[in-house]
Amino acid sequence: MSEKIIDARDTFCPGPLMELITHIKQAEVGEMLELLSTDEGSGADVPEWVNKVGHELVSTEKVEGVWHIKIRKAK
Amino acid sequence: MRILVVGGGTGGTIVANNLARRLAGEIRSNRVKIRMLSASDKHMYQPGLLYVAFGQMMPDELYRDQQSLLESCIEFHVDPVVKFHLDQNKVVTQSGKTYEYDILVMATGSRIVPETIPGLAEGAETFYSEAGAISLFKKLREFEGGRIALVVGVPHKCPIAPVEAIFSLHDYLKARGIRDKCTIKYHYPIGRLHTIKEVATWVKPHFERMGIEHETLFNIKEVDVANKVVRSEEGTESPYDLLIAIPPHRGMEVIEQNGLGQGGWIPTDRFKLTMNGHDNVYVVGDTTNLPVSKTGSAAHFEAEVIADNIASQIKIGAPVRDYDGKVYCFIETGHDSATYAMFNYQNPPNLKEPNKPMHWFKTSYNKMYWTSVRGLL
Repeated sequence: MSEKIIDARDTFCPGPLMELITHIKQAEVGEMLELLSTDEGSGADVPEWVNKVGHELVSTEKVEGVWHIKIRKAK
Repeated sequence: MRILVVGGGTGGTIVANNLARRLAGEIRSNRVKIRMLSASDKHMYQPGLLYVAFGQMMPDELYRDQQSLLESCIEFHVDPVVKFHLDQNKVVTQSGKTYEYDILVMATGSRIVPETIPGLAEGAETFYSEAGAISLFKKLREFEGGRIALVVGVPHKCPIAPVEAIFSLHDYLKARGIRDKCTIKYHYPIGRLHTIKEVATWVKPHFERMGIEHETLFNIKEVDVANKVVRSEEGTESPYDLLIAIPPHRGMEVIEQNGLGQGGWIPTDRFKLTMNGHDNVYVVGDTTNLPVSKTGSAAHFEAEVIADNIASQIKIGAPVRDYDGKVYCFIETGHDSATYAMFNYQNPPNLKEPNKPMHWFKTSYNKMYWTSVRGLL
């Protein structure tokens, strides 16, 4: 399936994790999403939520101040 | 030059009125024509619903005739668009008419979809519609004590509303003398009390002062109406006697049906506010897929940018400014105080302690809105 990029850089409201939740609800099971975030907290709070709900955290890396977090919708 | 505005909410109305004023000369000389197509002949001041839910406003205070809010040179039709032909610069309406345009402004807004969560529509009260706000008020008026749970769907309009509802609820129950017979539990989808870090930090001691219980990382999975329990995607559950929900939202069906954006949200350039791939199509307010608040405030500031840029395109052939992500939200902190949050793409809000004058300002703004939406304020 194609990979969708959610550009939540430089935003405070609704914020990166809320944006991810919105898009993951719209996605198909198995679809990969990549969240871009400049919020320092995303490196911790996004994986925490993804693991708690039971989706798949594919990768997390910070490149030039931007978090790139890849998630696969698991259910 | 034919400008077509589709949608008569806050964003569409401000764009149309600002354009009518900026392009008055061009309109008089028949070089510009502004049309608006809307699904309703009424315009609702949606933030007023929170006051209806607590008996502080009557529903009829929230409405004006849409035509009365528009500059007289704007041609207005209650005839919603059913088909967008962006490649041919034309739309087809419910009545079967075709309207051609040179510039299109998409302002169709959003809608609540409680039915997307099992049990939510049947089991929860909400204040995101007139009927819902009245029903919630009647339930609150009859409430004699017990567990009140507030849950939050994603995405939702007016991100500050969950917090405001808690403050209002606390004050309302206190005024009725039954606060000590009630527990209030606030549930929020992410790992803190509000999506804006500064609001989350600011509100925490207020929740502690008011004795508000809270659970974070709670995304509504289902409402078990028979057993009065709400369950989360994260695997927890909360019992309730009265459940209040901020319902999840989607964009309008016509956007999805025309394949213009997943979830009904149109992919939009965050600075130019044009639809991606269509330089003559602007998108305003809830209709965008931008990661900014879905509020009348964001729609207002976006509308000003769009009107300035369409007018300057016509006058000098170039846009004059970008949208900087500006949002200004009043935050009612009960029935006699308020504060505000102002922020943009680059600068987070700096929350001040609530005070009475800000509450008076907000209650005044509830009336001044009608001036604001005319593009005069």
